[in-house]
Amino acid sequence: MKEPITEADLHAWHDGRLPADRRAEVEEWLAARPQEAERFHAYRTVDTRLRQHFDHILYQPIPSALATAMQPAPRRMPKMAAAWLLAVCSAGAGWFGHGAVQSIRSARADASEGLAQQAAVAHAVFSPEVRHPVEVVAEQKAHLAAWLSKRLSMQLTLPQLDSLGYSLVGGRLLTGHHGAVAQLMYRDANGKRVTLYITPEYTARNTKKQGDVALARIGGLNVAYWNDERFGCALAGDLPAQELLRVGQAAYDQLEES
Amino acid sequence: MDTDRALVVACLPSLRRYARALLGNQAAADDLVQDTVERGLSKLSWWRPGSNMRAWLFSIMHNLYVDQWRAPACRDVPLDDDDAQLPDPEKTETALLGEDIDAALATLPAGQREVLLLVVLEDMSYDDVAKALQIPVGTVMSRLARAREKVRRALGHSKDAGNLKVVR
Repeated sequence: MKEPITEADLHAWHDGRLPADRRAEVEEWLAARPQEAERFHAYRTVDTRLRQHFDHILYQPIPSALATAMQPAPRRMPKMAAAWLLAVCSAGAGWFGHGAVQSIRSARADASEGLAQQAAVAHAVFSPEVRHPVEVVAEQKAHLAAWLSKRLSMQLTLPQLDSLGYSLVGGRLLTGHHGAVAQLMYRDANGKRVTLYITPEYTARNTKKQGDVALARIGGLNVAYWNDERFGCALAGDLPAQELLRVGQAAYDQLEES
Repeated sequence: MDTDRALVVACLPSLRRYARALLGNQAAADDLVQDTVERGLSKLSWWRPGSNMRAWLFSIMHNLYVDQWRAPACRDVPLDDDDAQLPDPEKTETALLGEDIDAALATLPAGQREVLLLVVLEDMSYDDVAKALQIPVGTVMSRLARAREKVRRALGHSKDAGNLKVVR
């Protein structure tokens, strides 16, 4: 029944891609062969060093030349889209405009748009608050994480966005349709605030869209939102879409891992 | 349509990281990413919503890389041919002096480098790597094995550098 262990098996094991029973067979095989185990231990170091060397690029701002390349070229667009673009362009600069923001309506009319709507409203309500923008401040981070995790019945690690220029202000508990949702507030060096709305209500099970980002523009705010099997989350703010995506993707990735 | 474009945007950081690791310098990398994005955007109407945007963009990047970025002299050499890549003494020396990772990656044939980076940096499934590079999964696995061993050795040499005294 046991097939011989191949080099491909060893690499698949190393990359965490083997089913449990085959994984056990490989581990047994390696336990009897210390030199092979040592070889794959060294490959682990290779992996780590590769990531350490290059991962910082993920969090760099997109160079402006590239951002410009992302702007739609009217002559390439189908007629309908061109008409829409014309109507919207009168409002300001290009899609990755220097300040001005376009209308970026999500094409998907699915349940998760409710998520974006709720996140936008919550942002509009709480981000202007001067005296009490949050209920629990960042200085009590551990308590905040534990409290929100308990009330949402999910393991929540508060995303760390300092390397992107956003520090945690704090968080609060809000009500969704069926139970508790969390709002975390972050600010940049200039005091501009973004809010991260996290809810177990809009999961990928409901919306069939795991991991993909969607954008919505609601009441003058941009919202980027994601669905996981366990939760939905949305980042809302008065930021260019590109910046929102960059920050939101980092937040989503960290939440997804926790 | 805008959601599709947003998906392209969301892939930009990964594309930049991969291109930088593949080419060894940031300026060339940004050129490759720019070309990839422009081609991707021009073909966006061909991309099927719901399918894997990331694999699609990475395969566009791969095709551009093969056509334009690999040295023309290598074009007749299979991407996987170890013998085609003679050890460069200057590169080995640089590895000893500490520019380990880029130098180690530069010792790999392009096809091995691509596989290693897609698996380790992008955590791409072997099937998606096969699709992006248009090779069988078996070839992905053999290139991965060779790449890992080669980089292990290249980095292993540089680790010993700490014990060597440079005699001038």
